[in-house]
Amino acid sequence: MCHIKQVKLLDRFSNKSVTGTLHLTATHLIFVESNSTSAQEIWILHHHIASVEKLSLTTSGCPLLIQCRNFRLVHFVIPRERDCHDIYSSLLRLLRPVSYDELYAFSYNPKQNDQQREEGWQLIDLAAEFERMGVPCDQWQLTDVNREYKVCETYPRDLYVPITASKPIIIGSSKFRSKGRFPVLTYFYQEKKAAVCRCSQPLSGFSARCLEDEHMLQAISKANHNSRYIYVMDTRPKLNALANRAAGKGYENEDNYPNIRFQFVGIENIHVMRGSLQKLLEVMGTRSLSMTDYLVGLENSGWLRHIKAIMDAAIFLAKAVTDEGASVLVHCSDGWDRTAQVCALGSLLLDPYYRTIKGFMVLIEKDWISFGHKFADRCDQLDPDPKEVSPIFTQFLECVWQLTEQFPQAFEFSEWFLIQIHEHVHSCQFGNFLGNSQRLKERTYSLWAHLLSEKQNYLNPVYSPSFAESHPVLEPSTQAYHFKFWRNMYHQYDRSMHPRQSILKHVLTLKESNRELEGTVQALKTVSSPQQFERSHPPRPQSLILGAPLLSRKEVQQEEDEEVFGEEAREDAPASTGGERTVEGSSATENGYGELKGSFDSKNEPAVVTLEFGVARMTC
Amino acid sequence: MEFAELIKTPRVDGVDLHRPFMPTVEGTLCLTGHHLILSSRQDNTEELWLLHANIDSIEKRFVGSLGTIIVKCKDLRVIQLDIPGMEECLNIASSIEALSTLDSVSLMYPFFYRPLFEVIEDGWQLFVPEEAFKDLESMTDEWRLSEVNKDFSVCPSYPSLLTVPKDIDDESLCKAASFRHGGRFPVLSYYHKKNGMVMMRAAQPLTGTNGRRCKEDEKLINATLCAGKRGYIIDTRTIAVAQQAKARGGGFEQEANYPQWRRIHKAIERSNVLQDSLIKLVEACNDQSHSMDRWLSKLEASNWQSNVKEILTTACLAAQCIDREGASVLVHGTEGTDSTLQVTSLAQIILDPACRTIRGFEVLIEREWLQAGHPFQQRCAQSAYSNGKPRSEAPVFLLFLDCVWQILRQFPCSFQFNENLLIMFFEHAYASQFGTFLGNCVAERVKLQLSQKTVSLWSWVNRPQELERFLNPLYEPNNLVIWPSVAPQSLLLWEGVFLRWNRSTKCLDEACQEMVHIIEYNKELQNKVNSLRRQLAQLETEESPLQTP
Repeated sequence: MCHIKQVKLLDRFSNKSVTGTLHLTATHLIFVESNSTSAQEIWILHHHIASVEKLSLTTSGCPLLIQCRNFRLVHFVIPRERDCHDIYSSLLRLLRPVSYDELYAFSYNPKQNDQQREEGWQLIDLAAEFERMGVPCDQWQLTDVNREYKVCETYPRDLYVPITASKPIIIGSSKFRSKGRFPVLTYFYQEKKAAVCRCSQPLSGFSARCLEDEHMLQAISKANHNSRYIYVMDTRPKLNALANRAAGKGYENEDNYPNIRFQFVGIENIHVMRGSLQKLLEVMGTRSLSMTDYLVGLENSGWLRHIKAIMDAAIFLAKAVTDEGASVLVHCSDGWDRTAQVCALGSLLLDPYYRTIKGFMVLIEKDWISFGHKFADRCDQLDPDPKEVSPIFTQFLECVWQLTEQFPQAFEFSEWFLIQIHEHVHSCQFGNFLGNSQRLKERTYSLWAHLLSEKQNYLNPVYSPSFAESHPVLEPSTQAYHFKFWRNMYHQYDRSMHPRQSILKHVLTLKESNRELEGTVQALKTVSSPQQFERSHPPRPQSLILGAPLLSRKEVQQEEDEEVFGEEAREDAPASTGGERTVEGSSATENGYGELKGSFDSKNEPAVVTLEFGVARMTC
Repeated sequence: MEFAELIKTPRVDGVDLHRPFMPTVEGTLCLTGHHLILSSRQDNTEELWLLHANIDSIEKRFVGSLGTIIVKCKDLRVIQLDIPGMEECLNIASSIEALSTLDSVSLMYPFFYRPLFEVIEDGWQLFVPEEAFKDLESMTDEWRLSEVNKDFSVCPSYPSLLTVPKDIDDESLCKAASFRHGGRFPVLSYYHKKNGMVMMRAAQPLTGTNGRRCKEDEKLINATLCAGKRGYIIDTRTIAVAQQAKARGGGFEQEANYPQWRRIHKAIERSNVLQDSLIKLVEACNDQSHSMDRWLSKLEASNWQSNVKEILTTACLAAQCIDREGASVLVHGTEGTDSTLQVTSLAQIILDPACRTIRGFEVLIEREWLQAGHPFQQRCAQSAYSNGKPRSEAPVFLLFLDCVWQILRQFPCSFQFNENLLIMFFEHAYASQFGTFLGNCVAERVKLQLSQKTVSLWSWVNRPQELERFLNPLYEPNNLVIWPSVAPQSLLLWEGVFLRWNRSTKCLDEACQEMVHIIEYNKELQNKVNSLRRQLAQLETEESPLQTP
C-alpha cells in the first residue's frame, strides 16, 4: 500500500477540482479528499479499471486518466511525475490479473461463515425453476445426456428436451450445431404449452443436412399441440448468416425442415455492439456538448437502434408464443450472445415472475450464466482479448430498463438493481460470473445473497403485484420515441447531470416510513388500551415516549440551509468516519447514488435536498 | 347573429369520431358559434367539446359519399370525423374553417362565456403593482413606482405603472424610452432579497450605425449599481445579430458608454425560427413510422431541444450573475418582449422560491409575460399545424413552459404545482374561454375591457376544486436557489405535450396514482400516531395521581 498526497481530482465536465490523497491497495485505488468537513472518498476497484492513461506533463503535475467499465471516468493530476509513473505502472500490473486466483472474488471476505456462503449459493435452484414452469411434463423431460458436459461443455448439466427426442437424435443434432449447442428448452409457456428453445447455428454450409437435427426440430414442434409449426428465429442479420455458410455454418433451410417458419431478426454482432458503445461513450464524454452533437452522436452511435432491435426480437418471440401459441427456437451464431438476450428478454415479457427481484436473478442465472454467456471474455475479466469484449449483457439490462420506463408498476426492482448487477458483473467480487465449477463456489460468495441482503435499496416503491394479473404479458410500444438514453447508467458517476431531487428515493423513504408507522400505530394501540396500559405501565418502548420527534423535519431543514452554497460533496461522503468499513468493490455508498443508502440509516428522514452549483457556466 | 351565417349545416347525425387510444364514438355533430360538439347522447360516453379557436387546420377527404374531416388542434391533438354525405361534410368543413379563423377579437369566445361557477376571487386582481411595490419598499428604498406610462404613450407595450430607480425622474425616463426599441426603457424585473442585486429588462438601445448614445439611459441603468460595483448586460442575441440590428436603427450598449457594465451575448433564436422549429418537432413526433435513426435525426433537425437548452442556459447565466457574482443584470434582445421575458422569468424560478408556488407562478406569468407585453395574441394565433402564412406566430411561451418543465423534472419536490398546470397554461394561451391571454399588451386589454367583459383564467384555476389537479404531492417548500443541469443528457423531450396524443399513459398514470397513495397514506399514519400519542399522554396524567402516594 502506498499513498500520494496533494493529488487533484478534476471534474469531468466542469473546471472544478478537489485535492486529496491517493491510496493504492491490493484491490482498490482510493482517493480521499483532504477537506475535513466533507471528505469524499472514491473507491475504485482494480477490476473496474478498463484503461489507464498517462497524459503529457502540465505545470500543475502529471495527469492520469482512468476509465472504468462502470462508466466512471476519473482524471487525477499528480504533482510529481515519478509518483504518477509509479501509480501508473502499478495499476497496469494490477488491472490485468493473469490467473483466476488473483480475482477479487478469492480475497473478498464479507465475514460470513461457510454455511452462510453455501446458503447463498443455494438461493437459486434452476431445477425448481423448471418445475415452476411445469417441466418435466408429458411432453418435456430432463435428459442426462450432458451429465459429464461431454455433449456440450458450454451447456448446463441438466437439460430439458422433448420426450420424443432420443439420445441418438440429441447427439446427432449436437454434432450438427456450432459448439455442440443443440436445441434445448429454456422457457415453457404453460398456458399454451408453447416452448422457447435455444441453440446455436446449424453447420449447414451450402447444402449439408442432418436428419437428427431435423428430427429434433420436429420433436419440438410435436411437443406443442397448439400449433402446427414452430418459429425458428435467427437473430442475426441475413447477410451475416449468409456469410457464415461459406464457413460451413449457416441457417436452417425451410425445405429440409418441415413445419418451421424461419425468420431473420437482424441484431448486429458483438463487434458492432462494442463499436457502438464506444461511439456512444465518446459523444457523452464530450465537454460542453451541444444538443445537436448530442442527438447526432446518439444517432450515429446506433446504440438505441440496437436496443430497439433486441426489443423488437423479444416482442416477436412473445407474440408468437402468446398470440399463436407457437413454440420458438432462437439462435444466432454460437447461441450465447444475441440468443441469450432474446430468450431472456422474451421470457421477461411473458412471465411476471421474472419481473420480481428473485425471479430476475433466476432469469440471469438460467439464460446467461447456465447457458454459457462468456462473461469472462465479454466483460474483460481475465486474459484480455479486446475483440471478445462486448456490452451484450449491458444491452440486456438496458432493455429491461426501457421496459421499466414504460411499465413503472410491473417491476419489483428499480433501475438501481440493474445498475448494481452491472457493477458486479465487472467487479469480479462474487463468484457468479466467473465460471461454473463447484470448486469456485467453495471459495467465493454469491452476488444474489448480497443483493438480497440489501434488497430494500433496490425496491421499486410503486411496484404493484396486481399489475401482473392485469398484464401477465407485457406489450411494450416500440415507437422510436419510447427509447431513451439511460443517463443513470452511462453517467452514473457524473452527478452534475442528475435530477437534484429523486422521486424514487423520496417515495421509497415514505414507503419505508409507512411500514414503521404502521408498527408504531399497532404498538401505541396496544399500550394505550386502558387494560393494557395498567399492566404494561412502567416499561414502555423508548420510541413511544411522547414528544419524541416523529419526523425531524426541522433538523433536516437546517441541514439544507447550511447547504445553500452548494456543498456538493456532502452526499458522497460515505459513513466512513467511525465504524468499520468492509472493503467492498462498490457498495452503494460510494456509488453516485450513495444518497439512496444513506437515507435508510436515519428513518423517517425526508429526502435531503442537495443542491449543486449549476452546470451553466459563465462564458464571458 | 353573424355566427349563424357562417354555420351552413348546424347538425349532422351518424358521425364517427376517431381519436388515438380511445374507442370510436358515433354520435351527432353540432356546430355552434364557438364550439364543435360531438355527442353520442348516451350517458356514459364522453362528449367532445372543441373550441373553434383551438382548431389549427383541417383536412378533407372523400371516399364515395363518406367524407372525412381531420381536425388538427392547437393543443397538438388530431381527431378524425367521418361524416356521411358529401354536402354535409363540405358544409361542416367550410364552417369550421370560417369560425376558427375569425379575425375580430371581440367575437372570441371569452366575450360570450359565462362561468358556471361562482367567482370568489377575481383573477383580474391577482397581481396589483402597488402591492408588489409595497413588498419591495419593505426591503429597499432605492426604487419608486412611476406613472410616466399611465396613458401608454411613452411605451405602448408596457403597463401603466413601472418600477424604476428612485433617482431617475419621469422626464429622464421619457428620454431613455426614446432611446430604446418600442420605448421599452430599462425597468425592474426582479429584486434578489438575499443580496439586494436586481434584474432589469428592456429592449435594444437604438444606437444605429453612427453609435448614438443617451445620457439618461446610461444614468438610468447606472443608478442600479452600488458604488464600485459592476453589472452584466445579457443580450439574448449573438454579437453578429446585434451588429446587424444597427443597420435597422437598433444595436447594443457600447463598452465606452457603459464602462461599468459587461456585455454577454447569447444565442436565443428569433420568433420565426422558433415557429419553424415547433412545426418540425410536431411533425417528427406525429410520424409513427420512424426508425430509430430517422426519429433522432428529425428530433435533432427540429432544433427544439437546442432552443430549450439555449434559453435555459441563458436564464442560468442571469441567475448566476445575480446570486453568485453578486452583480446586477440587465436583459434584453431586440424588442424585449420574447427572449428577454423567457430569460427573466426563468431566472426568477431558479432564484425565487415564491415563483415555484402556484400563486407565485401565476403572478410571475401575469407580471413577466402579460403585463410585460408579450404579444400573446400574435404569437399564439396559429400553432404547429397551421397552413396559413405565418405572420408573427411563435411558441415563445411554450418554450418557456418547456424550460420550467425541465427544471421541475430536475427538482420534483421543489414545485407546488405539477406538469398539468404547465400543460393547461399552454392550452389556454392558444385557445381559451377566459380572457387572460387575449390581446398583446396591457393597453389593448384595457381597450377591450377584458376585466369587465371576460372571466380571468386565474378566477377559475384558483378555485380549490380546480387547484387539486395541479398540486404536486411531492412538494416540500425549499428556500434555496435551484440550479438545473443544462447538459443535453439532462434535458428531455416534453412528452406530456409533444407525445400527449400519441401514447397511452394508462400505466404511467396508474403509477403516479400509486405514488400519491403512498404519500397520502403516510400523512394519514402520522396523524394516527400523533392522536394515539395524545391519548397515551392523557392516560398517563390520569394515572399518575394514583401512583404517587
